[in-house]
Amino acid sequence: MITKRVLFSFPKDMVEKPIVYHLVKDYDLVVNIFRARITPEDEGFLLVDVTGPEDRIAEGLAFVRAANVAVNESEIGLRWDEGLCTSCGNCLTHCPTGALKIVDRAAMKVGFEPPLCVECLSCISVCPFGACSSLF
Amino acid sequence: MKTYEEINAKIEAKTAVVMTAEEIIDYVDRKGLDQAAREVDVVTTATFGPMCSSGCFLNFGHAMPRIRITEAWIDDVAAYGGVAAVDVYLGATQLRKNDPANTYYPGEFRFGGGHAMEKLVAGEELELFALSYGTDDYPLREIRTRFSIKDLNQAIMVNPRNCYQNYNVAINGSDKPVYSYLGLLKPRMENLGYSSAGQLSPLLNDPHYRTIGVGTRVWLAGAQGHVYAEGTQHASACLRGDNGVPMEGAGTLALTGDMKRMRKEFVRGVSLPGYGVSLSLGVGVPIPILDVDMLRQTCVRDRDIYAPVIDYSRDYQYKTGKVVCRLSYEQLKSGEVTIEGKKVMTGSLSSYAKAREIAWLLKEEISRGEFLVSRPLAPLPPNQSCGGLAARETTR
Ligand code: SF4
Ligand code: SF4
Repeated sequence: MITKRVLFSFPKDMVEKPIVYHLVKDYDLVVNIFRARITPEDEGFLLVDVTGPEDRIAEGLAFVRAANVAVNESEIGLRWDEGLCTSCGNCLTHCPTGALKIVDRAAMKVGFEPPLCVECLSCISVCPFGACSSLF
Repeated sequence: MKTYEEINAKIEAKTAVVMTAEEIIDYVDRKGLDQAAREVDVVTTATFGPMCSSGCFLNFGHAMPRIRITEAWIDDVAAYGGVAAVDVYLGATQLRKNDPANTYYPGEFRFGGGHAMEKLVAGEELELFALSYGTDDYPLREIRTRFSIKDLNQAIMVNPRNCYQNYNVAINGSDKPVYSYLGLLKPRMENLGYSSAGQLSPLLNDPHYRTIGVGTRVWLAGAQGHVYAEGTQHASACLRGDNGVPMEGAGTLALTGDMKRMRKEFVRGVSLPGYGVSLSLGVGVPIPILDVDMLRQTCVRDRDIYAPVIDYSRDYQYKTGKVVCRLSYEQLKSGEVTIEGKKVMTGSLSSYAKAREIAWLLKEEISRGEFLVSRPLAPLPPNQSCGGLAARETTR
């Protein structure tokens, strides 16, 4: 069993398809939805963790792709722009999982670890420098 | 033991020994004060953090026909026009026109004077809209145009208060969130906010203002600027530790420098939800090691510098003077402290990482012979306190 973070992006007129239903029902995967933005007029986004045997996940994702939904296995919804981050540390007490954390304590340098991010979005409003933003 | 002139001669010959305020600590531990004081010529200090009392004078040059600007907006941020015809002052905390501020609390404060200054230094184009009442010699009554920093005759940063020697640590003992200039403070003392570069900070390395005074050349966001006066609210008569280091706000510096020579990474607009906009600025100050005493001061460590923890849910507002406790910067930088038996996470508004980078950059500039130290023209007031504002009944 493995868990994979995947970002589905739906084209404008494709948001009705019951993708999650099929992943659960036909491929026996555990799907944990972190965040979704599905509006009829726009591109839709769905960010999930899928858990199951590796081959079943691969088959499930192939099904999603075949349904014309883009599957991104390397991206998440939260963007942290290293160039804009000053390593001030104001976000550190607001990030519930330590995804934003001090990566080098001697230099007091802040870094971002995407796999730990639960997309709570609190860093977006507290970052004084606009370093955190959301893809959707 | 060493004079400013001797140190500058070595800098010009590129033989000066320069260390950052962080490096010097270990070096003195290894070599001892006497030997290190003979060897080391300059220690570089630095800070990067929000400095609300910042702004700039801009001169646009004269339009054809001429306008005597009375009101001006830069990217919709009001600039003060009560100076000569085409000079304005843009302040860091000015909100953009139509910003709802805290109408829909907490406001987002996405753009203001500090952000316009960041764009200016980055070389981006901004919009100027200006009005006038029109005069015989300045007939134009309105102008809307685009400009970037290279179009300006001058863009001079003039900051009445930068580089607070030390600063409050903000905490929230109430049961609702407090949106402060030290960040979002969660209820029941769950987190705290501080803002200082601690052992790297300029005035903490020269606590009695021996080498930092009016006229001192400083590194202001990459430009060579100057201390032009004591900073506003300069309060040298403060509570000090046994090491002479202030345990509260204390001294401040008024700084000026040419924005055309600044680097955009060190001039950054700041948005603080529920509070407002500001500017984060990088400042470096070289400290000439005149003798053993001066060196000893620059060896100050985070664990020897204490800041007062103040409750920003009430005690700060009403100036009760109550201090929850005092914490060292070593404790604050560790990420978690214990206050009244409770674990509290620490966040900061200043960036130690950037301060460190600045101390290195300044060290390199001095080592290359490009940045000389300067003897102050006048000292900062040594024993001064900062008064408050009385609400007196008016007669009119
Ligand atoms: S608050 Fe923003 S700038 Fe500061 S460390 Fe976090 S991401 Fe970086
Ligand atoms: S979105 Fe939440 S979990 Fe992710 S980095 Fe920001 S604060 Fe941390």
